[in-house]
Amino acid sequence: MKQLKSLPPWLDRMLILVAGVAVYVVVTAVFSAVRINAYWARVLDQGLIMALGSLGLSLIYGFTGQFSLGHAGFYAIGAYVGGFVGATYGKGSMAWFVIAILAGTVITGFIAFLLGLPILRLRSDYLGIATLGFGIIVKVLLDNADRVIPSLGGARGMTGTPQIANFTWIFWSFWLVFFLYRNLVCSSFGRACLAIREDEIAADAMGINTTFYKTVAFVLGCATVGLAGVLYAHRYPFLHPTSFDFLKAFDFLLIVVVGGLGSLSGTIATALGWVFLLEGLRFVLGETFLDFRGVIYALLLIVVIILRPQGLFSGRELGILVPRSVQSGWVRGVPPVQAGGERDASPGD
Amino acid sequence: MPALEIKGLTKFFGGLRAVHNFHLTLEEGELVGLIGPNGAGKTTVFNMITGMLPPSQGSIFTDGKNLVGLPPFRVTQLGIARTFQNIRLFAGTTVLNNVLVPISFRIGYGLGSAAVQAPPYLRHEDEARADARELLQTLGLGGREEDLARNLPYGMQRRLEIARALASRPRILLLDEPAAGMNPSEVATMVDLIRYVKEKFQLTVFLIEHQMGMVMNLCPRIVVMDFGEIIAEGTPAEIQSNERVLEAYLGRRGRVLARTPGEEAVS
Repeated sequence: MKQLKSLPPWLDRMLILVAGVAVYVVVTAVFSAVRINAYWARVLDQGLIMALGSLGLSLIYGFTGQFSLGHAGFYAIGAYVGGFVGATYGKGSMAWFVIAILAGTVITGFIAFLLGLPILRLRSDYLGIATLGFGIIVKVLLDNADRVIPSLGGARGMTGTPQIANFTWIFWSFWLVFFLYRNLVCSSFGRACLAIREDEIAADAMGINTTFYKTVAFVLGCATVGLAGVLYAHRYPFLHPTSFDFLKAFDFLLIVVVGGLGSLSGTIATALGWVFLLEGLRFVLGETFLDFRGVIYALLLIVVIILRPQGLFSGRELGILVPRSVQSGWVRGVPPVQAGGERDASPGD
Repeated sequence: MPALEIKGLTKFFGGLRAVHNFHLTLEEGELVGLIGPNGAGKTTVFNMITGMLPPSQGSIFTDGKNLVGLPPFRVTQLGIARTFQNIRLFAGTTVLNNVLVPISFRIGYGLGSAAVQAPPYLRHEDEARADARELLQTLGLGGREEDLARNLPYGMQRRLEIARALASRPRILLLDEPAAGMNPSEVATMVDLIRYVKEKFQLTVFLIEHQMGMVMNLCPRIVVMDFGEIIAEGTPAEIQSNERVLEAYLGRRGRVLARTPGEEAVS
């Protein structure tokens, strides 16, 4: 970190955007130099979309401690709303793509708000069950959606969304959200969320309006995965309800937990690693043994969780993400749920 | 005007009357101790003042406002901060972060300004950090800012709880057994610390404590509760010689002596 000390403050804060330009330039240069095939380009896009969606859950669960199993449901809402707008009105125009992005993000956020009002007062496991229920409702509704809106395709799947989300769109959507998240996390908002994760009662007693912060975190996180859904719909020509079932919700959850709760770097690295691992295994195993993917990644998860229960990054961030002005006091440890048995409530409270 | 005025505070848990008709007026700058045997209802009183439990009856006034029905975060924002009997720090974050949390609600920047790190964010963030560091220094926690709260030794965790409560700039500080589990020399340090912060931050302090020596030494006025009711109130000397207090703590003299050997099994 020594060489960073000499940076002017504004550059220090914006370093993450500068880094974004650098990464973008390098990746596009490498792609055109190596003539990477369309398949791997698509895998990278998928990785970025997963990373974007996982950032949403990272805010909800990793930072605010609200256990959600319904993340795939919000992903689906974003994808279908975006896909519907794109397929019905868009027909490939860029203006309509932007409208689809806004519609998908805002509507997902709004539904999260409506759902959050009653269920965010639930704690841990109960919240998990309620959100799981929501995810299942969304899946069933989508399975039967063609009876109301035929173009959604129901259980036959939806096609016809113009495929106009290229690497540039996906990369910059991801990076801008990442930038906003980084800033929020190192503000009083992020600290309030973390306080709620650590001890909701104490946070309340310290003047934190816990309902407000939980709702904002939930809505922001869900809107983010809604955005990821819109991008997905414009990158993959076929939407099907089974791509958004509860296994998908577990994917998001696993990425956040394995990456380390309370770490944006961990979430992003794990999301990318996860997608590339799954696609890589396809080649290593070959068609005959493809089903063994499930066994291999499950084993890998078990090993990771035994060796590093606090997650790969355990609440730390890459240095470049943390501006100097907030570097002190940054480290977030492992949340109490993971450290085990520290949270016994006594009758005194 | 009194700092805190509690009238007729009553709490039922189902059929159990945990607190009954609790009256107390805290004058500005007073230091009052609340004692009583286990289960007397002391923490319940604290929980009602801070909005964590809704009272069944009664009113709590501070600064002309009735606190009954307000959520805990509003009560804190109105200038009443508390610590917890069993320490409830934000254990997995740094000491500095713990103190920064209550500063949040009086920081003058919004979500939008934080999202793009606009000038208001930068200005207030620097101020908040300077505040937090100074406070930690004052409470003898300087140099531990980067440690995780859970890694502090016990005595320091107690002090960090007080620092965190002070960070919300309260007028009234409620301390729930600040010296629980401490050895005599640590208790003496805690007494000095409470006196010091009370003067420095011009606080009204209301504390629950089990260590008699500490309360007698620290509080000019003491309130004693038993079975949810105030049974005595006065100076340490008055309390020490009060019949009902002795009875609550030690039992009634006559009854113990009159007890026959067979009776013990029954009671």
